[in-house]
Amino acid sequence: MTDQGAFHTGLLNPAAPVPEGLTDGHDQPAGRRYGVYRNNVTVSLRDALADGFPSLVSLIGRENFDHVARAYLRQSPPTSPLMMQYGAGLPGFVASLEQLRHLPYLADVARIDVAMRHSYHAADSTGIDPGALQALDEDRLLATTFTFAPSMILLRSQYPIGSIWHYSLRGGDKPTGTAQDVLILRAEYDPEPFILGPGAGDVMDALQNGTAFGDALALGGDDFDLAALLNLLLSQNAITELSR
Amino acid sequence: MSKAFKTVAIVGAVAASLAAHTSTATAQAKEKCFGVSLAGQNDCAAGPGTTCAGTSKVDYQGNAWTLVDAGTCAEIELPAMADGSARMGSLEELERDLPQG
Amino acid sequence: MPDATSAFPQLPALPGVGYKAQHFTDILNDPDPVGWLEVHAENYMGDGGRPIAQLRVLSERFAISVHGVGLSIGGETRLDPDHLARLKHLCDWLDPASFSEHLAWSTHDSHFLNDLLPLPYTKDTLSRVADHIDEVQSLLGRRMLLENPSSYLAFAESTFSETDFLAEIVRRTGCGLLLDVNNVFVSATNLDYSPQGYIDAYPLDAVGEIHLGGHDEDEDDHGAPLLIDSHGREVVDPVWALLDYTLARSGPKPLLVEWDTDVPEWPVLAAEARRAASALTRVLS
Repeated sequence: MTDQGAFHTGLLNPAAPVPEGLTDGHDQPAGRRYGVYRNNVTVSLRDALADGFPSLVSLIGRENFDHVARAYLRQSPPTSPLMMQYGAGLPGFVASLEQLRHLPYLADVARIDVAMRHSYHAADSTGIDPGALQALDEDRLLATTFTFAPSMILLRSQYPIGSIWHYSLRGGDKPTGTAQDVLILRAEYDPEPFILGPGAGDVMDALQNGTAFGDALALGGDDFDLAALLNLLLSQNAITELSR
Repeated sequence: MSKAFKTVAIVGAVAASLAAHTSTATAQAKEKCFGVSLAGQNDCAAGPGTTCAGTSKVDYQGNAWTLVDAGTCAEIELPAMADGSARMGSLEELERDLPQG
Repeated sequence: MPDATSAFPQLPALPGVGYKAQHFTDILNDPDPVGWLEVHAENYMGDGGRPIAQLRVLSERFAISVHGVGLSIGGETRLDPDHLARLKHLCDWLDPASFSEHLAWSTHDSHFLNDLLPLPYTKDTLSRVADHIDEVQSLLGRRMLLENPSSYLAFAESTFSETDFLAEIVRRTGCGLLLDVNNVFVSATNLDYSPQGYIDAYPLDAVGEIHLGGHDEDEDDHGAPLLIDSHGREVVDPVWALLDYTLARSGPKPLLVEWDTDVPEWPVLAAEARRAASALTRVLS
């Protein structure tokens, strides 16, 4: 009797013996034939991770990435059949690896990869007509709270993650800046990571948590550029509802 | 000019400039469907035609792998942090720090 | 979410292809595209975005077959209620011409292994698979098709042949079958039996769809051929011959060309579909 528990164990553990009761169709033990399933599980999960983490693959190279992915998939196999969601824990795993300790920004850049996929598959939504914002008088505008698109994701880091992500996949100028907050927005179907200006991360964090517009703006500091942030949010259809 | 009034003026100006823009930019649903698709999907294929990637003992040494010098991270150098510590080491520096054996 | 109307209540007995997102534009621009498309259910279980928008557009023009790869119908444990709910949602809004899944398992102990894993063919596994199919069919309110697997090994404890097992599943549940002739060829080669003998013993009356795909070649520990169902190249000539053998006995069926890894440019896939069309033409002449 070969139960699925025994069959399953050996798929993720190379040291486990080939389960008993498996044959080549005649009387010979299955041997290497069981390895086909091990291979399928390992390779399919590894490749799914590589597809899902393009910036991480670029930054450390595919060979290094495959080592990381193999260790991760054995420790944390998917818990859902939706491969589009697999790998949400990989950034944290990357942060724990001794071999990558001197690249401390990697985990946060990998979080952009996760967020891009999440945004890509998020529910569709419609941005407000900017005129609705323009129509509010001063008191109502400052008391307004915003609902944002399900595809909008704010990532905050002490590293220039937006510049690194961009450089790793699209080239251009080498990242030199310091801390960056990144806002992933999906105007229609293509998510894009936008690097926020000074203070905008604090303002967005507050707005996402339901803070009224006037109170959130007060967190922006002297260098905060309201026009730039609003322009970004409205042009990317990120604000879906106004309420007070 | 009060700060609140300035805010209202900014919001009004941005909204006005975008309202004119977006009202003419509504694309057909079908046209929006053309474009890049993210990979990382389910399929029902078996892995490439070898049995080795999941079976080789070399594959199964857990975390006992060594970083090889590759990837765009080697081209990135970030300024030091406020405390003076480096934001990253190159791959060469990293390999020196790896435990031997 | 608009309710789809059944413009395509069933798959036509024409060639179709497994839909890949990179072919979206080519398919819509091809003046003579394929007869229908098959999609993997799990790739359209997100909340929104381009994949679902594309599927909506395609479903206006093509009959769609939803082909699940993650339900784990052959699993020892109960079917995942969350996954069933997602599947029902997809089938409700899309109203596909067909839904199919695999005689295999992929989830155990809350781990999804992303591969179609084999099960022994016994009275116990027969009851379990039949119960799971009953559950799916009653939830979806539609008949499903069950696909024969590619096998790389056999279970000493099996007491049914695969064809008898499938025939009994059909008898108990009323489900239909998806006959993958490449899988038949792969399994027959790997386990050393006659693929034509398999077709002769197979309940062809229940077939609602036939799959074709490419495979890779390897060897087992003793140097015996071991074919791998990689879906990464053209269908080989012996599989086309097995298709002819099958169609001569089953009559015309909806034929699907699967190409999942190293996916080629659209014209290559379209050429495979044309080759399938000629097989259908031969059986009608």
